Amino acid sequence: MPAIHLWCKIMFQLLAQNVLNALQLGSVYALIALGYTMVYGILTMINFAHGDIFMVGTYLSLAGAVFLLGLPLKLPLVVVFLGAMTFSMLLTALLGVSIERLAYRPLRSAPRVSAVITALGVGLFLENITLGILGPQPRHFPDLIPLTRWEVAGLTFTPLQVLIIVMAAVLMILLDLLVRRTLLGMAMRAISYNRPIVPLMGVPVDHVISLTFAIGSAIAAAGGLLYGLAYPVLDPLMGVRIGWWAFIAAVVGGIGNIRGAMLGGFILGAVEVFTPLVLPSSTYRDFVAFSLLLILLIFKPTGILGRPVFERV
Amino acid sequence: MKDDLSRPPFTPLLAVEGLWVSYDRIDAVRGVSFDVGVGEIVTLIGANGAGKSSILQAISGMLPVARGRVTLAGLDLLGVPAHLRVARGIAHVPEGRGIFGNLTVLENLRLATYRRRDGEIERDLEEVFALFPRLAERRRQWGNTLSGGEQQMLAVGRALMSRARLLLLDEPSMGLAPLLVREIFRVIQRINQQGAAILLVEQNAHLALEVAHRAYILETGEIALSGPASELRHHPQVLAAYLGGA
Repeated sequence: MPAIHLWCKIMFQLLAQNVLNALQLGSVYALIALGYTMVYGILTMINFAHGDIFMVGTYLSLAGAVFLLGLPLKLPLVVVFLGAMTFSMLLTALLGVSIERLAYRPLRSAPRVSAVITALGVGLFLENITLGILGPQPRHFPDLIPLTRWEVAGLTFTPLQVLIIVMAAVLMILLDLLVRRTLLGMAMRAISYNRPIVPLMGVPVDHVISLTFAIGSAIAAAGGLLYGLAYPVLDPLMGVRIGWWAFIAAVVGGIGNIRGAMLGGFILGAVEVFTPLVLPSSTYRDFVAFSLLLILLIFKPTGILGRPVFERV
Repeated sequence: MKDDLSRPPFTPLLAVEGLWVSYDRIDAVRGVSFDVGVGEIVTLIGANGAGKSSILQAISGMLPVARGRVTLAGLDLLGVPAHLRVARGIAHVPEGRGIFGNLTVLENLRLATYRRRDGEIERDLEEVFALFPRLAERRRQWGNTLSGGEQQMLAVGRALMSRARLLLLDEPSMGLAPLLVREIFRVIQRINQQGAAILLVEQNAHLALEVAHRAYILETGEIALSGPASELRHHPQVLAAYLGGA
């Protein structure tokens, strides 16, 4: 009996520990998935450059943190963290808005495939300009969060894990409130339902679309900072894989649906964490993620929470 | 019946001169000129495809104008983007009503106040709910759960929330039961009595000529006939073409 008891306890701890890890990773995926889903919701367009916008946001967080740490002021780490986050979120928002203004808006009445190809091109542009400026060697993210470990009931927590999960939750709750409760959120939903009518309400549609890109990109930048802290090796192509995973998360949850993006993010976090426990190695994770996507698309093409594309008048 | 003597002296509000609207390589509106005075109800009558809706869409900014002039209270409208025309006092209730099905009734009404910064939004909301008690009952319901009549009420309510000086109404009676149509038109007249001018596009010529002060008859993008509604009601051409030859 005691042996079984012990075995159960170990299994439970293993499970709980991995759920925690999945939650941490899923939070980052969810934050990035929100950007895909917001842009899709409002323009029915997949912004394939979004993963690379996340990458730029991560580098900008790094730049902000390194700059603040280099000042002869001995700033507290909290200040460095918040400073780097603000810097990165603002500049990445500006990047997202500029991309929409310069690359997507001129194509708004063009066939949808043109916009998708443009988005892929913008992604390659961001990857290569970063590669050109910074070179291919990976960069290391400084530790801004104390590396202590907490042990509770056999589970190991780090302050960073808690920070990531809490911050992601706060950002998601704020975004959810914005979309459901504010005039701006109503305008976003109205645009996704029937864009030609929206100006008749006195709503400046282009302005709302710009703000959507700004918010989605800023949230990706916050995700980038958290990601950099948790997985501190950055390279200019990091946005490709993470971008794909976040995109799958958005589709699995139901693209266009904000809560779906959050759910999808956590599902993909779980796929990544649990794959090496079930299959021989973590190299199967992309296989598992894409299989999940393909199977889900066959049985529920609109994703778990998604509704069929809004009827258009 | 309209008593023309009780009407205020004519002060032009909307003036349309030589308006041409083309889309899909078709000239939908071909050199149309007309005006709407302060406090007036003016109706555009015509068959499907006569260009009525295109005229409203050109005034509100949904369609680009090929040629012509449109002014509101003497100020040019054509250079103004559609969302700013709302701030100038134009509210367009479009064909098909344009209710946002993924917004609640209350949210649909609030959205129309996007540019307003005054403190009287809540008061106006209560006014709309007093005008349409049905909307008050359904204020938390999604737009796409409303019946056709309720959607029309909501569309008119939304126009009121933007504090319009000029309401452009596109086929408010379409698809509604006769009783509901009466109700909507009673409200339209009440809104007009409270000071808003109305440009009404209708296929139901009977009803339109009953509530309007003046009317223009459109045929294939051009004005064929115009005059006081009370006269046009008895005009042989109108009787034959739009009032069932009665």
